Amino acid sequence: MKKYTCVIIDDEPLARSLVVEYLLAFSNIEVMQECSDGFEGVKAIAQHNPDMIFLDVQMPKINGFEMLELIENPPAVIFTTAFDAYAMKAFEANALDYLLKPFSKERFHKAIEKMMNQLGSSQDRPAYDALVESANEQEEMLTRLVVKHHQAVVVLPLMDIQYLEAYGDYIKIHTANQVYLKKKTMNYFEQHLNAKDFIRVHRSYIIPAKEIQKIDPPDFVILRSGMKVPISKTGYAKLKGVLGM
Amino acid sequence: MLMHIYLLVDFGVDPKIAVVDSFITHFIFALTSFIIYITLKYYQPSKENFFYIRIWALLLAIGNTFVIVNALQYIYASEADYQSLLSKSIALRFCYQILMVATITLIQWLGNYMLEQQSDGDRKQQSESFTKEAELYNLRQQLQPHFLFNSLNSISSLAGSRPEEARKMIQQLSEFLRHTLRKDEKQLITLEEELYQLNLYLEIEKVRFGNRLKSVVILDENCEKLLLPVLVLQPLVENAIKFGLYDTLGEVEIVIQSKCMDGKWLQISISNPFDPSTHAQNTGTGFGIDSIKRRLYLLYANNDLVQIEMKENLFLVRINIPQT
Repeated sequence: MKKYTCVIIDDEPLARSLVVEYLLAFSNIEVMQECSDGFEGVKAIAQHNPDMIFLDVQMPKINGFEMLELIENPPAVIFTTAFDAYAMKAFEANALDYLLKPFSKERFHKAIEKMMNQLGSSQDRPAYDALVESANEQEEMLTRLVVKHHQAVVVLPLMDIQYLEAYGDYIKIHTANQVYLKKKTMNYFEQHLNAKDFIRVHRSYIIPAKEIQKIDPPDFVILRSGMKVPISKTGYAKLKGVLGM
Repeated sequence: MLMHIYLLVDFGVDPKIAVVDSFITHFIFALTSFIIYITLKYYQPSKENFFYIRIWALLLAIGNTFVIVNALQYIYASEADYQSLLSKSIALRFCYQILMVATITLIQWLGNYMLEQQSDGDRKQQSESFTKEAELYNLRQQLQPHFLFNSLNSISSLAGSRPEEARKMIQQLSEFLRHTLRKDEKQLITLEEELYQLNLYLEIEKVRFGNRLKSVVILDENCEKLLLPVLVLQPLVENAIKFGLYDTLGEVEIVIQSKCMDGKWLQISISNPFDPSTHAQNTGTGFGIDSIKRRLYLLYANNDLVQIEMKENLFLVRINIPQT
């Protein structure tokens, strides 16, 4: 029988032991590690490269979706969550499965079978970009950014952002002492940041209103950090609207 | 009516004719009054439309005078003296009619208006108290489904490995739920009782989160019998736990402290660790604190009973309950 490895990520110890207990019935699935938050989860996944993870959504500091965003090539995911079915509906199409707590042994077995079929049938792992994307769509406005820096996970308050810059498939997030990269689009940030506080002044730039020092019309805005950011025609119009000029 | 007869006789009219004249005048007037009463009963014009009432009263007065004079002219067509008096008195009769009709209309309208105002006020008061009741009820019922489902999941886990503890947790959860769900005829309970319920909640959360969650209750024994609205502390502690556990890593200590201020106030503070750098995300207070603020306002009509303090890594909520 084919062997599988897994990692369990949940902040509640009893919830983890329940998954471990249910997994006893499957001699071909080995639990590599149990993690109590997303940071540990990121490390454990990098270390063990498991076939599948059991992932809780509400966890300290960074939630399950934010953790998934940080992983380059995520394994198959089974969400284990007390979130109501409605909130999870959005992911149904893309997630391998989700188990609503408290779940029965039978329901758990079904999820495992589904997972084994999926993993066995194709070499490709499920399309997690689509999963993360659907998480983005239903998500409310951003209140912070979770980024990876070297091997560490950093939670960035929106306050710290000096400006955002498009950079190929990535976005450069500029702060006072650091530049972080995140695989996202400009449109994503434009839609998920409050338009009153963050203004898309250019196809490739979003700036926080509080960082504006001076406007040098019609082509530039000068930030408090001294950075000169180009602005487009529509960007200038937006800027005028937000600042009430 | 008698005055009407007396006046006519004084003017040299035959007393018999004077009686009929008076009778017709007042019969018509009574009829008009009745029409006014019926009309206003079914259609009470607003203050803005009062102008129309005046027009209406004027038309009625004209109509009345016309009918009365014509009737009298017809009945006593042969009495020349009376006829001349009649035509001379048309203006006077009209003035008399308009005065009476206007007075009756005004009295009737005012009466209706006042009745309406009163029932309006009653209804408003009633709906206000009803809304307040419903809102208070809802605010009390803010039980997080998240808490419930995660607790049930913990029980499910314990049932396999440690059945005795599972049983204990079921009992604690049930007792806690019973307390939350009870329909409150009694709004206020003693601090002692509230803390007992709170402890059930804390025990359940500690089973869920294991060693991560610690709690300290500092109780001034003099306060035990002081009163506070039922289920005020639990949402605040729930908030503190959620904040503490999801905003930080590692161990979380929730401190609940009570003080009585000269027996006039019961002050309770609840603190939890938090991370000031990522705190901005929570836009300040959170639903738990807002709903308690609202409840205390509805109960005590005071908006300053809940205070929030942030010191370094400590988030503190303080509530003051007046004792009467």
